[in-house]
Order: sequence, then C-alpha cells, then structure tokens
Amino acid sequence: MTSPHLISGWRYPLAVALLLAAVPLTLVAAVGHGAVDLPAADVWHTITAHLTTGRRPADVSGIDDEIIWNSRAPRTVLALVAGAGLAVAGAVLQAVVRNPLADPYVLGVTSGASLAAVAVITLGGVAGLGVSGAAFAGACATLALVLLLGSRRGTLAPTRLVLAGVALSYLLQGATSYLQLRAQPGQLSGILFWLLGSVAGAGWDDLAVPCVIVVACTAWLALQGRRLNAMLLGDETAAALGVAVHRFRLALLAVAALLTAAVISVAGGVAFVGLVVPHAVRLLVGPDHRLSLPLVALTGGLFLVAADLAARTLSPPLELPLGVLTAVLGTPFFLWLLRRESPVT
Amino acid sequence: MRVELTGLHLPLGGVAGADLRVEPGEFVGLIGPNGSGKSTLLRSLYRTLRPEAGTVLVGGDDVWRTLSARRSAQRIAVVAQHGGDGFDFTVAELVATGRTPHRGAPAADRRIVAAALERVGMAGKADRVYTTLSGGERQRALLARALAQQGGVLVLDEPTNHLDVHAQFELLDLIRSLRVTALAALHELNLAAAYCDRLYVLDAGRIVAHGAPADVLTPDLLAEVFGVRAHLGVNPLTGRPNLAFAPLGQTPVPLTETGDPR
Repeated sequence: MTSPHLISGWRYPLAVALLLAAVPLTLVAAVGHGAVDLPAADVWHTITAHLTTGRRPADVSGIDDEIIWNSRAPRTVLALVAGAGLAVAGAVLQAVVRNPLADPYVLGVTSGASLAAVAVITLGGVAGLGVSGAAFAGACATLALVLLLGSRRGTLAPTRLVLAGVALSYLLQGATSYLQLRAQPGQLSGILFWLLGSVAGAGWDDLAVPCVIVVACTAWLALQGRRLNAMLLGDETAAALGVAVHRFRLALLAVAALLTAAVISVAGGVAFVGLVVPHAVRLLVGPDHRLSLPLVALTGGLFLVAADLAARTLSPPLELPLGVLTAVLGTPFFLWLLRRESPVT
Repeated sequence: MRVELTGLHLPLGGVAGADLRVEPGEFVGLIGPNGSGKSTLLRSLYRTLRPEAGTVLVGGDDVWRTLSARRSAQRIAVVAQHGGDGFDFTVAELVATGRTPHRGAPAADRRIVAAALERVGMAGKADRVYTTLSGGERQRALLARALAQQGGVLVLDEPTNHLDVHAQFELLDLIRSLRVTALAALHELNLAAAYCDRLYVLDAGRIVAHGAPADVLTPDLLAEVFGVRAHLGVNPLTGRPNLAFAPLGQTPVPLTETGDPR
C-alpha cells in the first residue's frame, strides 16, 4: 500500500526544494511587475547590489532603483513574511482548538488590533503610538482578555476559548463600526485598507519587527511537531503521550497570537490565508505537523506575494486591498472543503 | 514494572482512599458499575487527573511528584478512546504519535512503529486513514501506538467497548499474548473473569474487593455492587470462571414455548 497523502516519501523533500526555489523567483517576478514593468535582470541586479554593497548599481536609473528597492521590494518581502506568519498561526490554532475551521482571528486578536488601529486613525495617536503600535497593543490586550474569559480553574478548554474570542470579537467590531461612522470622509479609505489588509506603503523600517517575530516563532513551532500532533488527538491522549497539556496550550496560544499581532499590525487584517493555506497543505501532506509546518510557511508566504502582485496589477490604477483578493481566492476553496467528502482509502 | 496506588483520593468520581497494586507481568482488571470511578482512577495514572491525596507509583517513582509528564509517558502507555477524529491521520501516523515522549532518530522511530503494527497484525493497514477503520481495527491501532510508546505499563480504559464478540476476544487475546503489565477497566464481567489474573472491584469510588476472579465474583458481591443475581460457574468451552445473570428480586417467570406464563 502507498500513503494516501499526495506528497510523501521522496516527494516531500522535492516539494520543499521546489518551494524554496520558488521564493527568489516569485520575489523577482513580483518586484518586476506593476504599473511600470521592469526587466527581471535589472531587478535581480539591483537587489543583489543593495544586499552586497548597500548601494544602487550604476547602470540602473534612480527612478527604477527607487521603484525596485524602496517601493516594491519591502512590500513584497512583507507579503512573504505576513503570509508565512498568518498561515503558520492558523495551522497551530487549528491544532490548539482542535477545530479545522479555526484561523488566526478566532481568538479575537484581529478585532482588538482593528479597533486600536481605527481609533488611532480617527481619534489620533495616544502616547506616541502609531497605527502599527496601537494595533499590536490592541491585539495583545485582546488576547489577555480572551484567555481570562476563556479559562476556568486554571485550565483552558478549547470550546470556551473560541466562544470567548467570538463574543469579544463582536463587541470590538461594534466599537470599530461606531468609530467608522464618526470618521471623516477622508479617513475612510485608510480605515478600509487597514481592515481588509494591505502591504502597500511598507518600508524597510516597518519590516524588522515582524520579520524577527515571524522567523523566531515559526522556527520554535517547527520544533514542536510531535507535541502538536499529540494535541490534535485530544487533551487526555496528549497528556498520556507526555505533553504537559495546559502549559503547552498556553505557550502555543501566546506564540500564535504574537505571530498574528506582529503581522496584522503592519499588514492589517488579511483574511483567509490562515484558514485556507494550512488546509491546502494538509490535503497534500497529511496532518503530521513535522511535515506540514515548513510547507505551510512557504506556501502562505508565496500565496500572499502572488495576491499582492494581483492586487497591484489587476485593475490599474486602482490598487485593491489584499483581503479582497484572498477572499475571492479563498472562499471557493473553503466552500469546496466544507462540501468535500471524507477521503476514503 | 510495578504499579502501586496508595491512599488515593481524587477530586472526581468519589474515589477515596483507593489502594491498588499491579505486579510486573500481571494483567489486572478493574470492574464496577457505571460511575463507580474506574476511568477516573485510571486517569490519575496517566497524568490527566491530579490526586488530592495519596501516591501513584510506577516503577517505584511518583508519577505526579517525581516524574515529569514526558518521563511518566515513557513508563505508562494508554489505550482509550478520546476523539481526535477531525484530522485524517493514517494508522502509521497515529501509531507514530506514540513516540512523542521519546526523542529518537526518525529512522529508529519508523522501525519501532513498523514493529508495533506488525505485533498487532496491522502492518498491512499502515497507510489506511484511521477514521475509515472498523472498531476492532481502531482498537488494535491504538494498542500499536501504546506499544510504540514502549512504556513498562499498559493502561486500558474499556478497550472492548463497541466491539463485537469476536473482536473482543481477539483484542484481549492479543493483549494477553504481549505479556505486558496491564491495568484494564472492563465493563464485561465475563471477559474480566476470563482474561484477568486478578480483579479489583470499585463501588462508588471505593475498592470493595480484590483477588482472583473466582474468589472475587461471588453472588453476594455481585448482588451488593451490581444489583444482579449471579451464578458463578465454569465456562464449558474454556474452563474459566463464567457468570450467569438475572435481575434481583423474585424469581423471573420462565418463558414457555407458547409464550403463556401460566
């Protein structure tokens, strides 16, 4: 008999290698395309020159260099990091709450981040916090509240956590809607872009914190594959398999929320990546996290880079919010997933 | 590996002051009516329910005070139905989760998983999705996971539930043939009588009797604990103790061929 998973055995390292090779290719293609198309050779040349010498190459014009290095490259890298972070957070939360329909937003952290961001946009910053800082703080505060509401006698039951997150989300969304109603007309498109997610306008300075957090959290999670698998089987089985269930779940929730907060504080509430990508990868490699997490990170990153490219180029000169594209791509897949029959081998 | 529960008090199931021993290599059964605390008591062994008082020693070390979650899972493996059906693990992947408390090389883990599947006769079904298996096959897959865990003690929580009579015998024969130290909560008293070296009887959280099946399963005890009339005889096919049951109270009217009770 052979494994029912499409990618198993020797195909797995091949898939990882192909996706790794696709990263630089996709980045160059995404940076090269847009309102002005630039040749891939120039893009490659400019990026490598900046990375090695820290300066623009002499044979690329100042305008091209500006477009490549200061405009498109940072947003593309942010899309890569944001996609990876959201997809990994989604995969982990699906295991933590043991519900295939969970995503990074199930704990309400996005609603908290959105409320804080919209508050800063409409009411102005508080204590020197910009939109990103406020969103991050809002996400963390919401997580703390959800954990507090969802715990009883020191334990966190997955169902109660989800319900606490959903309930709090509605409250926070209500407050966000109220702020939107009171917003000046000029502030609305900014609010909409933030709520639907976008990597437009990202600069290299915005990237350091999310990059460090996404790489560190993903690396730690990738080492927890065995214990994550055990968590999927239920608290009692996980305990019988030697997992300190409550402590581990708290750590996973904190790390997943940190990932989500780090991403949405700079990229806004990009929907569906965290829900759809883990499922797509699981369909191919099966539920083993040791195999799926690296692919989830790579696929999520590449997916969002492609979505951002589409957002910039589909209807010029209008740039679409990322959430519009991820929803258009994600919803049909998600509905198919819901209606799919259980695989029978 | 020896299991010793001493003066065990648990916050659920009314378990109060339970003492229980399983000697190395013994197959010990835990019987009692629904809600008597069988599963609750077992949960204190695999670190899911922390005792309020008393000790749980496995191989001489306290599961709750001395051993970490991982170390205790290296000694105690569990066969119990706890869900986890939402994700499509294959049998091999499910059995591989038994390696969670160990930090072995992947190649060594794969060998151990394959050997465990071989021992329970499931080698040919390694790549089947677990949720597509029959009840008996599922229990054998869970048993293989417990074997892959390589603990010295096997804890079984009603392993024969929902199995047909053939699968029940098959599973318990298999477990006996493994010659492991085992503590099993069993619902079916005749299976307990036929397969266990010794039995402990739980009633409302208290151990009211223990010993060899033929000594424990007396009509008086079964009337007292289970509320049934029982006759302890010998199974003519196996020579093991065998119970026949009837409701307590007056002698039931035998059904006649005509169905007329007069």
